[in-house]
Amino acid sequence: MKKSLANDRTTAGAIALLALMVASSVFVPMLARQDPLAIGDVIALRLVPPFSHDSTGAWHLLGTDRFGRDLFVRMMLAARISLAIGVGGSVLAAALGTIAGAVAAWLGGITDRLTMAVADALLAIPRLVLLLVCAALWQPGLLTVLIVLGATGWMGVARIVRGEVLGIRARPFVEAAEALGVSHWLVLWRHVLPNAIGPAIVATTLGVGNAILLESGLSFLGLGIQPPRPSWGNMIAGGRDLIVAAPWVALAPGAALILTVLSVTLLGDRLRDALAGNQAPFARQLGERT
Amino acid sequence: MLFWLVVTIIFVLVRMAPGDPAAFLVSPTATAADAASLRAELGLDRPLIVQYAHWAGAVVRGDLGESFSSRQSVSRLLLDAAPVSIALGGISLLLTFLIGVPLGMFQAARRGGAIDKLTTVFTTTVYAAPTFWIALALIAVFTYGAASLGLPPALRLPAFGIRTPGGALHGWAGFLDLFRHAVLPVVTLAAVGAAGIARYSRSAVADVLSEGWVGTARAKGARPARVYGRHVLRNITPQLVVLAALSLPGLVAGSVFVEQVFAWPGLGRAMLAAIQARDYPVVMGATVFYAAAVIIANFAADVALPLLDPRRGARAA
Repeated sequence: MKKSLANDRTTAGAIALLALMVASSVFVPMLARQDPLAIGDVIALRLVPPFSHDSTGAWHLLGTDRFGRDLFVRMMLAARISLAIGVGGSVLAAALGTIAGAVAAWLGGITDRLTMAVADALLAIPRLVLLLVCAALWQPGLLTVLIVLGATGWMGVARIVRGEVLGIRARPFVEAAEALGVSHWLVLWRHVLPNAIGPAIVATTLGVGNAILLESGLSFLGLGIQPPRPSWGNMIAGGRDLIVAAPWVALAPGAALILTVLSVTLLGDRLRDALAGNQAPFARQLGERT
Repeated sequence: MLFWLVVTIIFVLVRMAPGDPAAFLVSPTATAADAASLRAELGLDRPLIVQYAHWAGAVVRGDLGESFSSRQSVSRLLLDAAPVSIALGGISLLLTFLIGVPLGMFQAARRGGAIDKLTTVFTTTVYAAPTFWIALALIAVFTYGAASLGLPPALRLPAFGIRTPGGALHGWAGFLDLFRHAVLPVVTLAAVGAAGIARYSRSAVADVLSEGWVGTARAKGARPARVYGRHVLRNITPQLVVLAALSLPGLVAGSVFVEQVFAWPGLGRAMLAAIQARDYPVVMGATVFYAAAVIIANFAADVALPLLDPRRGARAA
């Protein structure tokens, strides 16, 4: 039943799109003639519509924003931050979750019960509310967003890894390793974790899209990445009151965000189908969506 | 036990944060002594553990304290804002399932076909879009775009607030005014929810359709309406109930953005304003309120499950 990931058109399309997004985010701001953060002649350059020339004769693929900055270049600069936070936040959450879940299952007893109780309690608070409380009360910025995404996203992975570790520790090869005198923690690291990590990888991939959405949400509310540094969320916020006069300013960054999250979600879905096979679709974690 | 842990975590998170709420509250010309006396008045100068005991004890009695900035009772403040959010969320949740489940069923019935693929692309795209972006796009089309696109006046919808300001409309006209204000926020929330539910129902229904007894029912001559309406729906209902409970946090998140974009005076807006003003009691109170709603919803789903799925009930017994 396993369909090869490489031979699938949807997967290929998603990978191609992500590759294009990463490449553009690296090269477009690098090659741009104009500094995407600097503000020039505002009156002459502001709100140029997409696919047209400004008064100096320069052509803008997606037009300019209210300060006359090229929207496409800014969008790609924002892509760096959004992609980095999406991947970074999700990996951080997965790493924390893997450690918490594995240690809880391995030690058992009070550690296990306490870890899982904290996880349950955190899961009862909607993740966005948690994020808002943490992000807003601390100094807003890149590092805060990353840490907060990690700190509020580890619970799902912890539960999955804990279940896997509990299942694996009962298998004969674990007993064999312990009988051979391998130390307790080395058994966990060498023999148990590598077998338990599959579902965690799927959860991480599915988490990337979520992390990007959450970051954009925080930035939209002014509690995430702070202007003039662009992120898709604060760019949409910046175009909010221009939705009449210049709808492209708010809508274009959203389109980039949607394409990215769509690609990541499709990839995660396929990866789950390929690796986890019969895992219940509950893993889709509907509740976490922004 | 779970609730106590939630209350503790909220307190730790909020109070671990740097920044002095009193500094936000005093007037710009106030002296350090003014700020200190305000801190004493709000109880912020006492040891944290005393503040914690005081707050947690009050929460258990249902008392969420008093807002720092408006000096109103937090419960009063939340209860004033809650009806707006509950109405918005409730209607959206209902529409989410009324649209999402049939859509997923329809897709599962035509699995692999062109319509199914197109719908999947559409639902996955909506699922990938931020709520606030969908809201802005709808405003662009139905509020400002309506005139330039030549849409009929009925489709030129208001985008801000829940009522037309100034005009004290009553009866039918008042209801119609409220309805027109509610269309865009509700559509935004319901679209995002329905996309997720459709994605889920499609795979759940497909699983059920592969069961042997569906073939049996068809062989006995049951019409499709009966197969889907009775056999399939009945089998996925327990999963849908769990899903409804699980979708509550997402609904809360969506409503925060929708209330912000459309300027609806609900809980989400109240909480955002409180966060910006460092009004700790309101922030903590709103978070407790949300968490309690999630815990109650999960509990209700747990209780309802055996009633809806006799097999599960039998196993538990």
